[in-house]
Amino acid sequence: MIVGIILLGMLYSAPNLFPDDPAIQVSHETEVVTETDLERMTNALDSVSIPYFGEVISDQGALVRFGSLDDQLRGKSIIEQSLGEGYIVALNLAPTTPAWLQSVTAGKMNLGLDLQGGVRFVMEVDMEAALQRRMENTLSNIRQQLRSERVRSRSLTLADDGIELRFDDEASRNDARASIRENFADMQLTTRERGGVFFIELSMTAEDILQMQRDTITANRTTILNRVDSIGVSEPVVQQQGLDRIVIELPGVQDTAQAKRILQRIATLQFHLESRPGAPSTSYETFEYSGQTVRVDNDVILQGDRVSNVRSAFDQQGMPQVVINLDAQGGQQFSRVTRENIGNLMDILLIETKTRTVFVPDEQGNLLEQQESFEEKRLISHAVIRAALGREFVITGLSVNEANELSLLIRSGALAAPMYFVNESTVGPSLGAENIEQGARAVYLGFGMVMLFMMAYYRVFGIAANIALTVNVVLLISVMSIMGATLTLPGIFGIVLTVGMAVDANVLIFTRIREELDAGLSPQGAIAAGFDRAFSTIMDANLTTFLVAVVLFTIGTGPVKGFSVTLMIGIITSMFTAIIVTRAIVNLIYGGRRVDKLSIGKNILLS
Amino acid sequence: MAIKMNIDFMRLRRVTAIGSIILVLISLGSLAINSLQFGLDFTSGTLVEVGYETSADVPGMRTTLADAGYDQAVVVPFGSDRVVLVRVPTAPGAEDRDAASIGDEILALLQAQSSTPVEVRSSEFVSPKVGEELAEKGGMGLLVALGIVMVYVAVRFQLKFSIGAVVALAHDVIITLGFFSLFKVTFDLTVLAALLAVIGYSLNDTIVVSDRIRENFRMLRVETPIEMINISLNQVFSRTLITSFTTMLVLFAMLIAGGEAIQGFAIALIIGVVVGTYSSIYIAANVLLWLKVTREDLMIPVKDKDTGEADSVP
Repeated sequence: MIVGIILLGMLYSAPNLFPDDPAIQVSHETEVVTETDLERMTNALDSVSIPYFGEVISDQGALVRFGSLDDQLRGKSIIEQSLGEGYIVALNLAPTTPAWLQSVTAGKMNLGLDLQGGVRFVMEVDMEAALQRRMENTLSNIRQQLRSERVRSRSLTLADDGIELRFDDEASRNDARASIRENFADMQLTTRERGGVFFIELSMTAEDILQMQRDTITANRTTILNRVDSIGVSEPVVQQQGLDRIVIELPGVQDTAQAKRILQRIATLQFHLESRPGAPSTSYETFEYSGQTVRVDNDVILQGDRVSNVRSAFDQQGMPQVVINLDAQGGQQFSRVTRENIGNLMDILLIETKTRTVFVPDEQGNLLEQQESFEEKRLISHAVIRAALGREFVITGLSVNEANELSLLIRSGALAAPMYFVNESTVGPSLGAENIEQGARAVYLGFGMVMLFMMAYYRVFGIAANIALTVNVVLLISVMSIMGATLTLPGIFGIVLTVGMAVDANVLIFTRIREELDAGLSPQGAIAAGFDRAFSTIMDANLTTFLVAVVLFTIGTGPVKGFSVTLMIGIITSMFTAIIVTRAIVNLIYGGRRVDKLSIGKNILLS
Repeated sequence: MAIKMNIDFMRLRRVTAIGSIILVLISLGSLAINSLQFGLDFTSGTLVEVGYETSADVPGMRTTLADAGYDQAVVVPFGSDRVVLVRVPTAPGAEDRDAASIGDEILALLQAQSSTPVEVRSSEFVSPKVGEELAEKGGMGLLVALGIVMVYVAVRFQLKFSIGAVVALAHDVIITLGFFSLFKVTFDLTVLAALLAVIGYSLNDTIVVSDRIRENFRMLRVETPIEMINISLNQVFSRTLITSFTTMLVLFAMLIAGGEAIQGFAIALIIGVVVGTYSSIYIAANVLLWLKVTREDLMIPVKDKDTGEADSVP
């Protein structure tokens, strides 16, 4: 069984022996990348004599491999120039794992950003701004409502954590209270009286605030996901961190300024009517929607910031729909327009400001890279107005997926709160490569020294320990490869540390064996006693180190987290190898025979 | 048969106790006066590591940055004369939103000033909020780790052992921190990781020693506590030395081959291992004697005695 585990370990850590090739991956926003595109790319590379290989087209697009990072970088701008707009050109590391390994889903360990090069951002969502906006909406809605019911109030203001309404007499206050309870049932309401003035204080329930936070961060995350796609990174990581932060990791990206610009851009939503047939061509814009060509009138009938909520739901027949809530002003505006346009089509546009790279010739005719910002408008909904729409209306005729997607898009355009950067960490590729080198050197050196020592001091048992140590590291790598854990530079040092500490278990066992020998036990007996007695000490000691590593895991971020991961895995594998593997090897050598002497060396300090 | 080693460790216990107390006091004093040279992870600010093709003009860089208003910038060579570290602390009261772009601005300034291309080897920005949070989490983490240790040892061994273990660990952590404070070595997140690793490692040691002490207390009938502790220490001494030795081998490998980034980490671990080994031998045992540990403390209640014997495996 042990041999089985060891072989599995070797199998699954083997992919790490195959280094990735620097590569460029090309995909397109809407179309499929074809052979002609690939030809254009390779021709462009040939024309400036950049060597490449392994060009291929697959589902993900076109892939070209390079021999060095420099070639890859130069290749990127050449390819961008040759292909033009709409193509996403991404830096990538293409695996070279042979097919037979891939078929058992053996893969490499993920390399952390400090080894690969790339950038890591943490963005924080301004929840206060989102809350503020929500309260302002609610305030204007209440104002409208009270006015329409002719309830007179002295003032409506935004207080620290809610809305405060003042009334001159109790009757008005009570009328208002009834109205609010009926129309704004989800708000928390308290009444007060002070000096002849009657108050109502409104605030959001804790659950509502939590839900709003969740909605906001989902909206923001969707927005970021879309934008990260357009940066052209092949394996981005976008994760929520806590209640209000998003972590974004972009391997291979060097131009952090551009990445930041892209991530921070603003998206807005606009409602339009479809243009009437025969209208002058200056009064509309053309868009594509599900294969149709749609003419959208230029007038904006409703701004996106009037949307107060959106969600996808099911109607009474169980059909998917998107429910949109507007604020009071929005509701009024909208109902007026839609009343006059029943039977016409309404369009929703999502507008984003993007940047793109353009090549501008300078005085000598060399092409310089420049960033240019432009607006991208997308038609995301095209539906018939069936009745006068008010503050709440639905869009139907969609599949479940379409409904979900539409509500996400509307949300990202209308509900996302402003975000800003709180943390940024960039590692350039040359530093990344250096880090790998240094880490590897430290591992080899440390490993070598420990092995030499173990052999010198413990003789044959030392060899057993060394084999166990090697197995330990192989198992560690294979577990990390299987788990998809990320290896960082501190992680490499974690491996080194594990090597140093892993011998400890063996030392405990061997010292015990020596003692038992000195106490008069037979060699075989000493071996058995040594392993048994040492077991619980090893358990205790390793378990406590493991607990400490867990604490570190919860505190740490980025590279340090990688260290705690390797430490934890390392402790487990080293316990396994020290106890089981060493024993197996020792049994192999000494087992079942009558032994007179154990080649375990002498304790220098004792004799 | 080999002659058993019989070093009277405990004879030195008063001397070492005084020595330890002095070291701890020095460390605490240094921490109070000098505080720690916190790295970027805990304070906030921007850090940019730039590489030049030829020798870097550090004074020139400083002037350029100062002229642009970054007179707080710290510019130092890092490793070789072609790699320079530029660190700009966040001005107090600065808005997070503005601070995030400082790195890019600095890079632009340096690129304009230099005639050869400037390579960004790494760049880091930590906002004040995140820096504070990490400092808090780090402090909490250390305390939590010590707490977990205390509980675990109390459960597996006995309360007096747990007190001894925690005192030993706190001693190690304080002295290591004191070293960093005294010699003004940068204290960043990786060093904190090293400290936690030191806790784990020193605990490892302490448990092995405690375990042997417990075993001897239960098995040997005649000796006084001092003698029993001495015997235990002698028995584990070679193992402790060897493990420390192999770990040090590995740490020196890191120090030599690992490059600048890992130096703080390696130094913290080396000090931690040295102090930790010492504390496992002297401090933990000292505390046990001080608390007047006896055989009775370690005996399992009578009704479990039979299973208890089988249980008393080291």
